[in-house]
Amino acid sequence: MAQEKIAKEMFSPAQLDSKKSEEISKPSLNYWQDAWLRVKKNKGAIVSLVIIAILTIMALVGPHISGRTYQEQNLQHNNLPPRIPVLENVSWLPFDGNLTRKNGDVYNAYEQKNVEEYYWFGTDSLGRDLFTRLWKGTQVSLYIAFLAAAIDMVIGVIYGAISGFVGGRTDTLMQRIIEILSGIPNLVVVILMTILLDPGILSITLALTITGWITMARVIRAQVLKLKNQEYVLAARTLGLSNGKIISKHLIPNLAGVIIINTMFTIPSAIFFEAFLSFIGLGLQPPDASLGTLIDEGFKVLQLYPYQMIIPATVISLIMICFNMVADGLRDALDPKMRD
Amino acid sequence: MAKYLTQRIIYMVVTLFLIASFTFFLMKIIPGTPFSNADKLSETQLSIMIDKYGLDDPVPVQYANYMMNLLKGDLGVSFQFNNVGVTDIIIKSLGPSATLGALAILFGTFFGIILGVVAALKQNTWVDYTSTFIAVLGKSIPSFVFAGLLQYYVAVKLGWFPVAFWRGPEYMVLPTIALAMFPLATASRFVRTEMIEVMESDYITLAKAKGASWFEIAFKHALRNALIPVITVLGPLVVSLMTGSLVIEKIFGIPGIGEQFVKSIQVNDYPVIMGTTLLFAGLFVAVILIVDLLYGVIDPRIRLAGGKK
Repeated sequence: MAQEKIAKEMFSPAQLDSKKSEEISKPSLNYWQDAWLRVKKNKGAIVSLVIIAILTIMALVGPHISGRTYQEQNLQHNNLPPRIPVLENVSWLPFDGNLTRKNGDVYNAYEQKNVEEYYWFGTDSLGRDLFTRLWKGTQVSLYIAFLAAAIDMVIGVIYGAISGFVGGRTDTLMQRIIEILSGIPNLVVVILMTILLDPGILSITLALTITGWITMARVIRAQVLKLKNQEYVLAARTLGLSNGKIISKHLIPNLAGVIIINTMFTIPSAIFFEAFLSFIGLGLQPPDASLGTLIDEGFKVLQLYPYQMIIPATVISLIMICFNMVADGLRDALDPKMRD
Repeated sequence: MAKYLTQRIIYMVVTLFLIASFTFFLMKIIPGTPFSNADKLSETQLSIMIDKYGLDDPVPVQYANYMMNLLKGDLGVSFQFNNVGVTDIIIKSLGPSATLGALAILFGTFFGIILGVVAALKQNTWVDYTSTFIAVLGKSIPSFVFAGLLQYYVAVKLGWFPVAFWRGPEYMVLPTIALAMFPLATASRFVRTEMIEVMESDYITLAKAKGASWFEIAFKHALRNALIPVITVLGPLVVSLMTGSLVIEKIFGIPGIGEQFVKSIQVNDYPVIMGTTLLFAGLFVAVILIVDLLYGVIDPRIRLAGGKK
């Protein structure tokens, strides 16, 4: 190690002042500020958060940009590939309106059909604008996912909190119910429920929530069991607070981290199940669009018009990846002990 | 142990009984006729058919009959294929599904473990980041998107493998890869975390001090202990395989249970739907039980839930 010359002036006797040593030099951070500091360090999570924000904005604004509605058909303009002004001149981007025939010929579908308009993401077999349909579908998928996650959260938290807090026979009974319910594969429940109810946004959401809350209830119960014997709960009880108040005012705020983490993991799984159901033909019915139905329709013409599947497939993959990354990041930030 | 086992088996039976009843009554209230060509049938033909399948009996009678037959392993007769037993249909389509599932889980966990071990040993290098990235992709991208893209780019564009159907080993490659992505991702994440923890323990330091080779330390000493918790994820993995097989069999035209199930849903073939549902449920419950038992056997420190009090 290189010897550094240290000036004598730098040494001064420490002041033994008990008041000074108690001074807080940095601003004290609460739980959320601390968590935010940790999330900020996780670049993947931040980038994902930004992408989710952009996709959400597009899901709300996107259906109105092109001026065509998501169900408007124009049979003369069917199966047009994507073409975007300016970008169409960049040869390596697939936005030039060209299609490849099975024998390898490349032709411009717009010139062939004499179409002057630009369809940014192309059109489907009925000539509907895929740009509008894509964002409409994203909107529906996100809506289903958020709704399902919210319902799961409410039921799961209430069930878990009651089961853990009351304990005794109530707990045993509630846990037996959960044990039996969790023995039923949710794939089966979801499929049966969508057969029973008319296909639609609400029925899919309902089907998703029937077994979706179980994980949340289990986690919350375990946490409540741990927390309910803490001294601040005892203090609250000594002061005469009712059980409901103790749960809602003292326990739930302390569970916020766990609740958020769990909800964040529910959202991608709900998006997946919605798309999955649509793909096997149990989801939304046309002309409604969701990412799942778009992929399903695109898959049928994949060999001729690959863009019809690849675009919605990219969006759904992006959403799933981003939500998973954010959930991972939040888990690391909010509950360092729960790292996988 | 015996007490715990009996308790668990009782739960299993109760669960399956509830699912069977639930499925039965659900099928009763679903609108639509079970006969695929009902429009073309005359009134008399229809009433003969309904009589034949006992659909005009009071519901409790039908329920009792169904349950009795279930105990004998008889799942009833399919509506879409004349006089073919559901049990026969399921057994016939079990082969491809089981092969595909087994291949996917073997392939997925094998490469997942390798990926996880390598990532843990080269922690925080590009190897680790690449493996993390693959795992995130595998966990996030829905299997049907993956299958569709594989089918288009690898089979149609490059022509390396057949596009669809199930006629020999080369037909198995793409569906297996598509189905194996999720097990691969899950296993690699789990193994990585466990390996990092195990590699810090004293006995690994001892092995290093003894001069054991890198390979020996990783695979002989560390991996064995790192693998124990991986067994816990086997349950969710099997479930993901069931979900995945439905769409993957549909995409690749594989004559398995999943494809059969999707088809029966589309034509309201109730007995086949019920039979397959029960099969899925039974499989699921059995896997969970086996995993719990295995876990207790492998790691005696884990107290079985029934043991305390």
